[in-house]
Amino acid sequence: MHRYIPHTPEEINEMLKEIGINSLEDLYVGVPRTIDDYNLENGKDEFTVKKELINLSKENKLFELENIFAGAGTYYHFIPTVVETLANNQRFVTAYTPYQAEVSQGTLQSLFEYQTMMCELTGMEVANSSMYDGATALAEAMLMAVRINNKTKILAASSINPEYLFTSRTYCTPQNIEIQEIKWDENGEVDINDLKNKIDSNTSAVVVGYPNFFGIIEDLKKIKEAIPENIIFIVVSEPISLSILEAPGKLGADIVVGEGQALGITPNFGGPGIGFFTTLEKYVRKMPGRIIGETKDVDGKKGYVMILQTREQHIRRARATSNICSNHALMALTNAIYMSVMGPSGLKKVAKMSYNAAHYLAKKLEEKGYKLTFKGPFFNEFVFNAGENYYERWKKLSENGILGPLPLEKSLPNFKNKALACCTEVNTKESIDNLLRHF
Amino acid sequence: MTIFEISKSNRIGYELPENNINDFDLNLPEHLIRKEDPKLPQVSEVDVVRHYTNLAAKNYAVDVGFYPLGSCTMKYNPKINEKIANLEGFSMIHPFQPHETTQGALKLMFELKEMLCEITGMDDMTLIPSAGAHGELTGMLIARAYHLSRGDTKRTKAIVPDSAHGTNPASAAMAGFEVVEIKSGPDGRVDLEELKNALDENVAVLMLTNPNTLGLFEKDILKISEMVHEKGALLYYDGANLNALLGITRPGDMGFDIVHLNLHKTFSTPHGMGGPGSGPVGVKKHLAKFLPIPEIVKENEEYKLNYNKPDSIGFIRSNYGNFSVMVRAYTYLKTMGKDGLKKVGQMAVLNANYLRKKVEKIMEIAYPDFCMHEFVSTCEKFTKETGVKALDIAKRLLDYGVHAPTMYFPLIVHEDFMIEPTETESKDTLDKFAEILSKIFEEAKENPDFVKNAPYNTPVRRLDDVSASRKPVFRFNFGK
Repeated sequence: MHRYIPHTPEEINEMLKEIGINSLEDLYVGVPRTIDDYNLENGKDEFTVKKELINLSKENKLFELENIFAGAGTYYHFIPTVVETLANNQRFVTAYTPYQAEVSQGTLQSLFEYQTMMCELTGMEVANSSMYDGATALAEAMLMAVRINNKTKILAASSINPEYLFTSRTYCTPQNIEIQEIKWDENGEVDINDLKNKIDSNTSAVVVGYPNFFGIIEDLKKIKEAIPENIIFIVVSEPISLSILEAPGKLGADIVVGEGQALGITPNFGGPGIGFFTTLEKYVRKMPGRIIGETKDVDGKKGYVMILQTREQHIRRARATSNICSNHALMALTNAIYMSVMGPSGLKKVAKMSYNAAHYLAKKLEEKGYKLTFKGPFFNEFVFNAGENYYERWKKLSENGILGPLPLEKSLPNFKNKALACCTEVNTKESIDNLLRHF
Repeated sequence: MTIFEISKSNRIGYELPENNINDFDLNLPEHLIRKEDPKLPQVSEVDVVRHYTNLAAKNYAVDVGFYPLGSCTMKYNPKINEKIANLEGFSMIHPFQPHETTQGALKLMFELKEMLCEITGMDDMTLIPSAGAHGELTGMLIARAYHLSRGDTKRTKAIVPDSAHGTNPASAAMAGFEVVEIKSGPDGRVDLEELKNALDENVAVLMLTNPNTLGLFEKDILKISEMVHEKGALLYYDGANLNALLGITRPGDMGFDIVHLNLHKTFSTPHGMGGPGSGPVGVKKHLAKFLPIPEIVKENEEYKLNYNKPDSIGFIRSNYGNFSVMVRAYTYLKTMGKDGLKKVGQMAVLNANYLRKKVEKIMEIAYPDFCMHEFVSTCEKFTKETGVKALDIAKRLLDYGVHAPTMYFPLIVHEDFMIEPTETESKDTLDKFAEILSKIFEEAKENPDFVKNAPYNTPVRRLDDVSASRKPVFRFNFGK
């Protein structure tokens, strides 16, 4: 038959007989046959498929890690070998959602531990077990804020990832939720006056990046002080940076979301990464997504189960907190394994090395006369004026084996010849000096 | 034991390279500098390996045994797919590299889209949605955009049968629709009279799963399509159960305007404990302009991303979707081809009907009729007689080393199992399952309490999920 389909011809006959029919065609009672054959190729053997796919993969250019200076939401950090090995364990990979908890303790405990780690990083009290990505996590955070205080205006900093903003608009529009943008100031930080002016009695939430899309570390304390108590403070963050930046939970955040790809997940051409979603216990019943909790079995042994499921679509249907069902559990596991390997000191070292590398690059660029666009403090990304014809020069750079700082002009108007540079612990002094030779 | 309990201060599990860059001071106000380290585990590499390997051993999985979860299509996940998805040429590329340097990836996505259009009978498709429910939301937003683009603002309602997955009404609500639920008829299918009464000028779309969650084909589908379109509404196809139709018919041929697929069901990508999946959405020509941003296009033998789509519903997530899941599905399609896909559909339906025949000797079949890829059985009478519930039987199944079917769904059947064997299971496996099920019913008759207290042989026994939700523990308690 096929190597994935075990039926022998004899078995098929026995099965047809048991069913009481003569041919496979008889199975389709009342089903109109509309096709005889797909307009597709026939199947191919494994050797051939593998060869074809390997060749196809080679049509994508790989850069040496130290020569990659592109970020913007997708990051190249060093991933220890054990992360990939363990996350590829087929008992994780080929399991389903833990509907039968007694035979899913591996999944449930890993996700419980993941939730704990995300709470530790963000300083929040509860994390769900994942969303699709940073953009949808933010969009759902906005919907959640509206559920909490029944107001319908969201103030979002223009300096958060543009794709996150676009996605949020797609989610908010049908719910008649208005998103108003807050300007950035010359530091690349939220313009506090603009924020204050736009807050009104219908404002549900304020959204800022930490660090924001330009790499700038917003002063969450200052922003929190400008927001009235009943407004939900949503922080979009980047988890590596949180090992050296004060936890948003300590600075007044109500919901902290973001993209967790940086925690041990390969870039994958942009997906899957993972959306993380954390909040305070008092809001948990308004939260989207699966949550794992600790409990005991009948013998008093510790175990884990999915909890607060009455929020979810399979029970609450049209009135659920979200439609999310499949999430990114395997990526949550990958995050947890990475954080276990790195521990607090490793994560901090990654963050500090990334910080140092980006600041070294920025300093050298400034010495060469290139201007940083913003004056505010930054983490491992920054925007600078890259000079004439940067987009074309950037493409040339890639021919020289360097994935240079990303030109922003395609995604942001008014950013002609401006680039977003990114460094991590994999960039060396030599690779940065080499990049600088092209500037 | 949790990983936090094996943690020891100053133990490490990593090494990092030197980058030869001097230290820069954190140029930040004091209150933005972290004072207290996150309490992440401090463990060695060996600790990590053992911890997660031991956790994995507590999981049931497709690679362990039979996993007949209805509507989840727990088919075998081919290993070649994993290997290919993890090739560096696919896993290590940045979404914003110059498109000239990612032609392989873009070509793969373009061709996958074309193949899936052919399989569904649709004209265009987006691969961006990350999961089935995300696809549903995308599809429903397209329906909304379509009506609004025609100035038709009164269409605020979406019809959903009572047998639908919970995600259907939830997605419709997220797309801004008021959900109208219609009762299924006595044969478990859409009741045309109910539908007719619900269909008015305010209905934007009917969401349908076909075969439905009872595993039954909607025989009146062409009539339904006509009724829906006559009223100016759109017909939406939930592709959760597409496996059954492979090689026979296509949603596009049945009159559906919008289709979502689950690459993690029909197209063999692994479920990963709940994700990542991928939920492509296909549409007929008149809806193509509403598909989300960006779209993959082919111009003069070059693949590109087009962000300029003024009528689009917009972005629905960052980047281009779950690319590595697409790589797996593409590899699967290359492996199966048109001849293999046909066999998939046939053997999935054969297996379900064969198992139905076996199970009907043990449990009542909710709607006794030829089924497609799955069927629903109920033990409601048995529960009344013995007090043993479907849940108890499910738990006892775990003791015998098989995964329980989906339970208590669809909501219109009680004390039920929704059983989907998929095509990758052998007759022997199905026979064995029926034998075990029969044995459990015997056990339950003889000693109901014994089955009510199952499982016995699992890593933990029955868990208290009621107090877990009443007094929730969301994270590890580090104590002092």
